[in-house]
Amino acid sequence: MSDAAKETGTLLVKTGLAEMLKGGVIMDVVNAVQAKIAEDAGAVAVMALERVPADIRATGGVARMADPTKIVEIMEAVTIPVMAKCRIGHFVEAQIIQSLGVDYIDESEVLTPADEQYHVNKRDFTVPFVCGARDLGEALRRIAEGAAMIRTKGEPGTGNVVEAVRHMRTMTDGIAWVSGLRADQLYDAAKQLGAPYELVKWVHDNGKLPVVNFSAGGIATPADAALMMQLGCDGVFVGSGIFKSGDPDKRARAIVEATTHFDDPAVIARVSENLGEAMVGINISEIPEAERMQERGW
Amino acid sequence: MHIGVLALQGAFREHIVTLESLGVRATAIRMPSQLAQLNGLVIPGGESTAIAKLMVSYGFYDPIRQHHDSAGMAVWGTCAGAILIAREIIDALPGQESLGLMDIAVQRNAFGRQVDSFEADLDFAHLEDGPFRGVFIRAPWIEQTGPGVETLAHHDGKVVAARQGDLMATAFHPELTGDPRVHRFFIEQVVAA
Repeated sequence: MSDAAKETGTLLVKTGLAEMLKGGVIMDVVNAVQAKIAEDAGAVAVMALERVPADIRATGGVARMADPTKIVEIMEAVTIPVMAKCRIGHFVEAQIIQSLGVDYIDESEVLTPADEQYHVNKRDFTVPFVCGARDLGEALRRIAEGAAMIRTKGEPGTGNVVEAVRHMRTMTDGIAWVSGLRADQLYDAAKQLGAPYELVKWVHDNGKLPVVNFSAGGIATPADAALMMQLGCDGVFVGSGIFKSGDPDKRARAIVEATTHFDDPAVIARVSENLGEAMVGINISEIPEAERMQERGW
Repeated sequence: MHIGVLALQGAFREHIVTLESLGVRATAIRMPSQLAQLNGLVIPGGESTAIAKLMVSYGFYDPIRQHHDSAGMAVWGTCAGAILIAREIIDALPGQESLGLMDIAVQRNAFGRQVDSFEADLDFAHLEDGPFRGVFIRAPWIEQTGPGVETLAHHDGKVVAARQGDLMATAFHPELTGDPRVHRFFIEQVVAA
């Protein structure tokens, strides 16, 4: 028995890593130095990127998977899990990232979509995927495709938490709605949500998503992180908010502590003191609709 | 019986749910002051570096050692928790300190990265009703065990579960499987020891 056969890439193994990240902060980093700062601050994982979303937004053009040398540089710098982004539907970028040995792939709307109809068939991969969603239906469609973790999208690169709040509340409201339905109403709910009946039934029976749900897209302060945790997410992604701020090391530590002690205002107050400049931030109404990343993915 | 689950980061909720299903009072522990009166403490899976930093920030190290040594609080570490209760962390990061409670040396991420994470059936000592499904996520293994440490399970020749008096370490995640037998073993055999 001690040498029994083992199975890799199972759903439990894929969702299991997300379970281990709960209550933690996943930070965007663009090089080994930033990755070390994130690890030292207590990040549970890092997202390896060439540019943070705020810079992708500023630069414009087509945003693609990071250079493999960049991803490997970051993997070699830290011992915590490393994630990397592929374009929506770009399964070859996903194959490349898997071959590098990355721990999680983010099929991300922050990059320019490669396919406007199909997402990656994530069941084909051993490495687990996280995908963005704005509501319950979108989350369940991604889970049906094999996503092992969901993050509400927010609006990346803005330092403005309003869209993250909107998407988290929409998700929670969707779950509450489905949970309150009668069993014979679930077929119609599946149609309205555009999601498989079996997953809708699972949400109805369990009152939550079948996978871990983090919050992303606009978190810039310890209070933002705690707000999202109190709204019911399992952990947070912080993209541009740390390394576009005045004192990334201190801010990173503060956001980690606020995420753990999200329901203890005295702790959040203490860690929020003297953090220096937060990233400047953008009002959503100032972003033309065509440039809103949250609209990508379907 | 009152069991605490260290709730700084990681899969603490699943431990609480499993313990409660066995009729035990289980509490999420976020501050050292909550350790008083506990019969046992579970240090869950998560990222060992992240949990350790939060343990340092909130002064958990000495209180956990004291409650174990003088108040008889049993301690069970799963995955990251097994690393944190070990006498020695092999390939520790600079400044990464363990609690040093249990006479084992643990190798971090020994089974590899996430693409190497796996499930396998384990022959877990003292458990009845067949093999226990082990879920290994970027898992460590126990490289060395001191005298007085009983090996509870192996995988592929490596020690993946061990017990020393009122201490237990598992490299895998019983809290993710819905099978409460290891939790019951902890309550009935390790805490009660």
